[in-house]
Amino acid sequence: MTQKAVVAEKKVGKTKKSGADFLIDGLKKQKVEVIFGYPGGAVLPIYDALYESGVFHVLARHEQGSIHAAEGYARITGKPGVVIATSGPGATNIVTGLADAMIDSLPLVVFTGQVATSVIGSDAFQEADILGITTPITKHNYQVRKPEDLPRIIKEAFYIASSGRPGPVLIDIPKDVAVLEGEAEADPEMDLPGYQPTLQPNYLQIRKLVEAVSGAKRPVILAGAGVLHAKASAELKQYAEQQGIPVVHTLLGLGGFPADHPLFVGMGGMHGIYAANMALSKCDLLINIGARFDDRLTGNLASFAPEAEVAHIDIDPAEIGKNVPTKIPVVGDAREALVQLIAQNGKNPDASEWIQQIKDWKEEFPYWYEENGNELKPQKLMEMLHEKTNGDAIVVTDVGQHQMWAAQYYTFNKPNAWVTSGGLGTMGFCVPAAIGAQLAQPDATVAAVVGDAGFQMTSQELGVIAEMNLPIKIIIVNNHSLGMVRQWQEIFYKGRYSHSLLPHQPSFVKLAEAYGIKAYKVTTIDEAEEKMAEAFKTDGPILLDMNVTPDENVYPMVAPGKGINEMVGVKK
Amino acid sequence: MKGILSLLVNNRPGVLNRITNLFSKRNYNIESITVGHSEQEGISRITVVVQVDDENVIEQMTKQLNKQIDVLKVTDITSQSIVARELALLKVVATSQTRSEIYALIEPFRGSVIDVSKESLTIQITGETDKIEAFIELLKPYGIKELARTGTTAFPRGTQRSTNNKSLSIV
Repeated sequence: MTQKAVVAEKKVGKTKKSGADFLIDGLKKQKVEVIFGYPGGAVLPIYDALYESGVFHVLARHEQGSIHAAEGYARITGKPGVVIATSGPGATNIVTGLADAMIDSLPLVVFTGQVATSVIGSDAFQEADILGITTPITKHNYQVRKPEDLPRIIKEAFYIASSGRPGPVLIDIPKDVAVLEGEAEADPEMDLPGYQPTLQPNYLQIRKLVEAVSGAKRPVILAGAGVLHAKASAELKQYAEQQGIPVVHTLLGLGGFPADHPLFVGMGGMHGIYAANMALSKCDLLINIGARFDDRLTGNLASFAPEAEVAHIDIDPAEIGKNVPTKIPVVGDAREALVQLIAQNGKNPDASEWIQQIKDWKEEFPYWYEENGNELKPQKLMEMLHEKTNGDAIVVTDVGQHQMWAAQYYTFNKPNAWVTSGGLGTMGFCVPAAIGAQLAQPDATVAAVVGDAGFQMTSQELGVIAEMNLPIKIIIVNNHSLGMVRQWQEIFYKGRYSHSLLPHQPSFVKLAEAYGIKAYKVTTIDEAEEKMAEAFKTDGPILLDMNVTPDENVYPMVAPGKGINEMVGVKK
Repeated sequence: MKGILSLLVNNRPGVLNRITNLFSKRNYNIESITVGHSEQEGISRITVVVQVDDENVIEQMTKQLNKQIDVLKVTDITSQSIVARELALLKVVATSQTRSEIYALIEPFRGSVIDVSKESLTIQITGETDKIEAFIELLKPYGIKELARTGTTAFPRGTQRSTNNKSLSIV
């Protein structure tokens, strides 16, 4: 065979296409079910390629809506949410969502348009250095220089976003690269020599943990969202039962372990339950599985788990020892680690006294609120939501008081039914994230629980809900204020309510109706019972403007700077 | 304490930005950073000197750097036996009276004069940071008009000694 023939044969696997067509191919190859996007000048060639591609695209009403929807989708499915935004303002509008996904470890693949390579750096129309802007808030980002690089870059991006510790990956595509043609293999090799996430934990570290458990008197598991990312709920339950170890959840971990299980202590942290924070404070062995010891969980680090030997299972080695000194580091996938721990079947700890102690704490200091006749207390609302949905809904929240009440009162018994913005605390997250969650599971009951302030940040996405007739039940927990800000001002700023009260509101009912969405205003428990029952029997979307007690506070609480053993408001 | 990290990274656009960004994002202070080609094509070596409170911070830095997709290898060479060098260019005031004195200082430091004018000398000196600093101190009284330092570049010695006594070399 001559050399020419060899070259010719090599080329057989290659096809010639435009950058935009390579992109569509890549999405199809990754079996992308839905894209959330918003077109604009720099992505016109990409949108033209989308036009008859058969790829399902949801047009958000603002780019921020598209990326939060992708986050909601990613949280429920575990698969990367896909976003397309144009250059400049389109790209900068997704920055909050990227930061949110980065800190909460959600897999996203985000495509942004860019001005043509010939004018990059000239402050061209709708030019923004999105690579520079997003570097600290992406797991990785790319700017595509040649159309033929796209198949490889897309393959790498999906792999990076969804493997190891998940996170957002951004691909910036200059307009000319989308138009120009290149020759590339359909399924190129990835080129990632610097990226090898550790999945299998070290056997010796597992043995150390088994030894530590067998000798412990007061062990506790702290289970974070890593359990959910690793799809390790069944294994967590099996391990906790096998060893008889109580389980505390982080905010983001809720649902990883069934809340009605006798070994479940509750949520820990700033607004966690007393028993959980005491369990963390008094334990002699703390087994962290897939949580990152966030400051809202640990409180003052100096008084966090002072008597505990700390073991930490995490797929991201940088999380181990970052905030809390760790004696037994276990780098690996939470499920793999739990499978190994279960297989070891080590000697159970002698923890009967400890379990009794936790039970006593739970009984003595449950979550509490004061009822007042027919007044609609937000806590009551969450209990009602659980009841009306049989605890079976996907609950999506925004950020603030209602988020904490939902976490406290909607006992989560199954995984992947809780979508909330934890690390970044992004107001405006709820409504678009609910869209993503509903599209991820079209048959699921989705309850979008949102404050009146956060709702107004992204209410334009009602347009998408109405257009697609998504059966989302929007529950506005309306206290006519930025509730959590108001609470802090009441407690720490002598009741000086600086810009936290919202007496002037639109009629949320009329707003929903303007979009063609059925809506009710609710002011009492009786009305709430009735309308919520109706809502969950309704096929399409519905909005309930629930006017709750305006000055209700979230308790119990750990004041900032205090240890989690110093909770206030633990009892009536 | 001072820490030295040696990195091998893909020589791709944006990589240096990602690395320096990581330091500012995590509130770490870079004392110096040098970047250049390594022995392998397409791969650069970065030497970062950092000022930190304790070793835990260096460990955390190492882990965070390792997470970067384009970072192929991070080695904390702080407590290793290493060869570390920095280059400095100094333009120093030199009159006919002081010129020979300055020459006498250059010689034991094995610096070299690379430019001469009526009023000044430009001197090139290489060595470990301590040596460079000592030399700068000696020349200060004469009047340093301009100073440019490259920052430290380093890697581990061919043979690692078991003890950690870091000998200062003047060479």
